[in-house]
Amino acid sequence: MPRRKRDTTSQRVNQIAPSGIRRFFDLVASMEGVISLGVGEPDFATPWHIREAAIYSVEKGYTMYTSNLGMPELRQGLSGRLRKEYGLDYDPATELLITVGVSEGVDLATRAILDPGDEVIMADPGYVSYSSCVALAGGKAVMVPTHQKNNFELGADDIEKKITDKTKAILIGYPANPTGAVMSRDKLEKIAAVARRHNLIIISDEIYSSLVYGVEHTCAATLPDMKGSTVLLGGFSKAYAMTGWRIGYAAASKEIISAMFKIHQYTIMCAPTMGQVAAIEALKSGDDSVSEMVSDYNRRRLFMVKGLNKIGLPCFEPKGAFYAFPSIKATGLSSEEFAEKLLIEEKVAVIPGSAFGECGEGYIRCCYATSLDDIEEALKRMGRFVKRCKG
Amino acid sequence: MIKINEILKILENDARTTPAKIATMTGKPAAEVSKAIKKAEKDGTILKYKTIVNWEKAGDEQVSALIEVRVAPQRDVGFDGLAERIYRFPEARSVYLLSGTYDLLVLVTAKTMHEVAGFVTQKLALIEGVQETTTHFLLKRYKEDGEILAGGEETKRQPLIL
Repeated sequence: MPRRKRDTTSQRVNQIAPSGIRRFFDLVASMEGVISLGVGEPDFATPWHIREAAIYSVEKGYTMYTSNLGMPELRQGLSGRLRKEYGLDYDPATELLITVGVSEGVDLATRAILDPGDEVIMADPGYVSYSSCVALAGGKAVMVPTHQKNNFELGADDIEKKITDKTKAILIGYPANPTGAVMSRDKLEKIAAVARRHNLIIISDEIYSSLVYGVEHTCAATLPDMKGSTVLLGGFSKAYAMTGWRIGYAAASKEIISAMFKIHQYTIMCAPTMGQVAAIEALKSGDDSVSEMVSDYNRRRLFMVKGLNKIGLPCFEPKGAFYAFPSIKATGLSSEEFAEKLLIEEKVAVIPGSAFGECGEGYIRCCYATSLDDIEEALKRMGRFVKRCKG
Repeated sequence: MIKINEILKILENDARTTPAKIATMTGKPAAEVSKAIKKAEKDGTILKYKTIVNWEKAGDEQVSALIEVRVAPQRDVGFDGLAERIYRFPEARSVYLLSGTYDLLVLVTAKTMHEVAGFVTQKLALIEGVQETTTHFLLKRYKEDGEILAGGEETKRQPLIL
């Protein structure tokens, strides 16, 4: 009997909707003179001392695989950093894993803990990879709407309403991409209480932890009795301007790390060696560069937020990451229409909020990790555009 | 209270930044920023607003030399008296007192090598108390006041990243 004709690609992959703004990306790439506020990375190159350390290591022949878990020196350095910063003790031999950015960390964490049909609760709008990673791991993403009036914070009560007997984890990412929102310790404590009550794991993406302005970042693993059931994901990309090096880490219980490690060793082997050497240098002596970049971002943040409010795009104050998330509802356009028309008419690229979930509709993401001159010019152009729309 | 150092950092990077813009960037009222700048100008914290020029590119080449000067310090005024006699000359763009094998370092800028030589042999070397000079002509400028003059790097970002 002939075999039944089957789809070439798996149902698991087919269920992931193709990115709706691919067409928009192509349009930007084909245009000249565009000011882009649509970028999700620092505009600084990696501090020279970090690059120099990596170059030297390549010259010395550090070109082989490292330990699957990551270089011992880097894991020790990270363990020391987490102890110093948060008072958390992670054993570098069994509770830390060096990953290819937080991107791999999210993938590993979801695959390590989810069985088919398991549910993961997360915020809408949220970073694009969260729900897809959950789906690819066979799980189901359960979205909790968040709103500007609550500063896009995830509410513990809203989470609790979504819990079923399939719920396995809560995935949070603060400071947040795309909103720039942060979470206060007491709000996080309420979420932790929900997690404890229902035996849920918290996966916490803290890639932007160093980029906070006038507030203190709360690490999810420091919440009462949460260290053992939190998967802490962090990395070097945003704080040290090291996006291209692809170095992140996961810190969690021995049980979870060894499960993540199983996947990592067969799919990745190890994070890039040069990147790991660069990360060691960043940990050792990169802090001054970070605080300089943070004060620079802060100036541009204040400039961008005030500018957006002034041109009639109301924007709540983002206290983390490097994004502003203004409302465009007053223009009467959808966020995709707004982004496309703005690009064509005024050559400014922003990301439609709808790319980050249903609750992102009516908003756009503007990255202020861009030169002040460009921000100023972009605001001018956007001001003209908004005026015409409201006309 | 506004921290003057925060304003200075912004101005040092771009002296044309307006008080209004600085006010936005620091989240402070513009009047307060203007007042702080005025005060810094008055008390000499801010010396001057200048432009870093790549004269080579402007087609107006200059000759510069760093001159090491060994001097005999004078009674009462130490090195300061001699330094003053040197820095009074407009040819001396910068004058520093250093530790080590010589005492003063003088940066001289002129139109021609001849002019620099004239300043050293006919003015600097003849000052009483100057014992020895060593002149180093500057061959190439790579970086000036923190700015890379040529071949600075261009960071290439993808136009859109989620």
